[in-house]
Amino acid sequence: MSDNSLRIVWIYPDLLSTYGDQGNALVVERRARQRGLDVARVDVRSDQPIPTSGDIYLIGGGEDRPQRLAAERLRRDGGLHRAVENGAIVFSVCAGYQILGHEFINDLGQREPGLGLLDVVSVRGEGARCVGDVLGDIDPRLGLPPLTGFENHQGVTHLGPTARPLAQVRLGKGNGTGDGTEGAYNDTVFGTYMHGPVLARNPLIADLLLKLALDVNALPPTDDRWYEALRNERIASAQQPA
Amino acid sequence: MSGNSDPLTPRAKLAVTAGKAVAAASRAAGRGSGSVIGGKVALRLDPDLLARLAQSLDVVLVSATNGKTTTTRLIAEALRAAGPVVSNALGANMPAGITSALAGNSDARYGVIEVDEKYLAGVARDTDPKCIALLNLSRDQLDRAAETRMLAENWREGLAGSKAVVVANADDPLVVWAASSSPNVIWVAAGQMWKDDAWSCPSCGGVMQRPGDDWFCGECGFRRPTPSWSLSGDHVLDPHGSAWPIHLQLPGRANKANATSSAAVAAVFGVPPQVALERMYQVQAVAGRYDVVQFKDRDLRLLLAKNPAGWLETFSLIDPPPTPVILSVNARGADGTDTSWLWDVDYTRLTGHPICVIGDRKLDLAVRLEVANQHFQVCDDVDQAVQMCPPGRIEVIANYTAFQDLRRRVGN
Repeated sequence: MSDNSLRIVWIYPDLLSTYGDQGNALVVERRARQRGLDVARVDVRSDQPIPTSGDIYLIGGGEDRPQRLAAERLRRDGGLHRAVENGAIVFSVCAGYQILGHEFINDLGQREPGLGLLDVVSVRGEGARCVGDVLGDIDPRLGLPPLTGFENHQGVTHLGPTARPLAQVRLGKGNGTGDGTEGAYNDTVFGTYMHGPVLARNPLIADLLLKLALDVNALPPTDDRWYEALRNERIASAQQPA
Repeated sequence: MSGNSDPLTPRAKLAVTAGKAVAAASRAAGRGSGSVIGGKVALRLDPDLLARLAQSLDVVLVSATNGKTTTTRLIAEALRAAGPVVSNALGANMPAGITSALAGNSDARYGVIEVDEKYLAGVARDTDPKCIALLNLSRDQLDRAAETRMLAENWREGLAGSKAVVVANADDPLVVWAASSSPNVIWVAAGQMWKDDAWSCPSCGGVMQRPGDDWFCGECGFRRPTPSWSLSGDHVLDPHGSAWPIHLQLPGRANKANATSSAAVAAVFGVPPQVALERMYQVQAVAGRYDVVQFKDRDLRLLLAKNPAGWLETFSLIDPPPTPVILSVNARGADGTDTSWLWDVDYTRLTGHPICVIGDRKLDLAVRLEVANQHFQVCDDVDQAVQMCPPGRIEVIANYTAFQDLRRRVGN
């Protein structure tokens, strides 16, 4: 990466952009520009090759059939693996999160291989669909304030030994495994079930991605008063008895 | 008098009477029009009541994600040229509300019925329609609604055996996929600004190619059918190539598209486009939508937009800057409780407009606008927002329950 430039790659908006997922790209882009970075955003449609020289890759949520198509095309393409080998940061949501794991259940009810970039395996939950506001505590190692988001999924994701949970939920289901974990990450690859979009609700996660991509420990401050107001409102609302 | 040559069975008559009595009681108790509760009671007494009521009518069903209430109104006006019409004009569009509306007028010849997308297949089975108008399908309330493509699949299966003439939008691949199981389709080039729910071929999953106004799947050959009716600027082009001017009081491209589909439906019943379009001019506001009301010495135009496709069409019809814009968003049950769809709306289109945000979820809007690099004010309520704006026109755009709140406050 050259000194002052940042390349954001949004993977397959034609298939995986069902729940306002563009928001995550917009938030990272905006916060990078506010730090004076020269940002190039590349939206890659599923009939185009994944560039391997990006800094931050975003992959969103989608319906069951598009999820299978996206997994097939990403496996065939192979570009995301090379990008990760090059040190890229990947942030994934919901259907995209499942695709980054070893396998998930596709729209035909079959086990579909994922990309194996995260040590997780997803299955279909037996209970009711998880829908609603979520409040959680992010892994203390990451030094971030509470997680707020909105979940809407049927999947249950089990973590293997090399994946750490992104958060522990106080309210909501998260990974749906019953142990309160939400999402997963390793050094450079992140996954979460949170919509909202999650980076609009948690701008400091967007900043974490920027810091990892830039390999810096701190970023210049931004005016976050509307994010703060929204976070306070959503966290208070989640804590109210239904 | 035309229509009811087949009188209702005694059981059906009892059901109609009981339904009306319950509706009247509900109205008297101040609980709205009572049409839904009345319809529910009537359907419980006679589960076949909707089918029986529809038997004596020439039925038109109208379904879509956006524009179904307005289009139902436009078609009803057009068909009144040919005979009396009964319609669920207030937008109660599930079986109970539809039953109630049809029970309200036993002299009608035509039944023009708005149907919720999820109920179309069932209502089509019950009412044996002569015509079904399908306008568009896009993402809406994803926390509780079916996936958009599943809806198209559901329409497709439901329409496969139908004898109805299907009037369908050739510019929406999901609608084309749904309608093409039907043997008798009239394709209308009505346009569709929102394209982000149809990049993936509904037939094979291939990537859709979209050169200009055309579209086709690069893999399986599924493609845009040749339309026989088109919207062309301010004119409807009929199958003979004649151009008929559209004069509407309703604003915007989307309503011209609705008028084009409505003219195609009217022609199915022998009403010529010129007559149909002249009658459509009479439609001024539909359940408060597009109404201009005076409030605190300003002229507020009330615009309902419930989902990304609706907001996109709405942004294209508002007055240019510096006309102020008030945005109001709620996330109650009827709106869908997930606000992430706000991020599918391109708010940079509001650049240059002074913007005020209100509603239960004004802080979601504030963050959305901040990221879009727009200037905006967060206000407590519509009163405060209006006072921020100079006298003159204000465009007020609200989603479903926010729109109802707004109407209650500004009194239209």
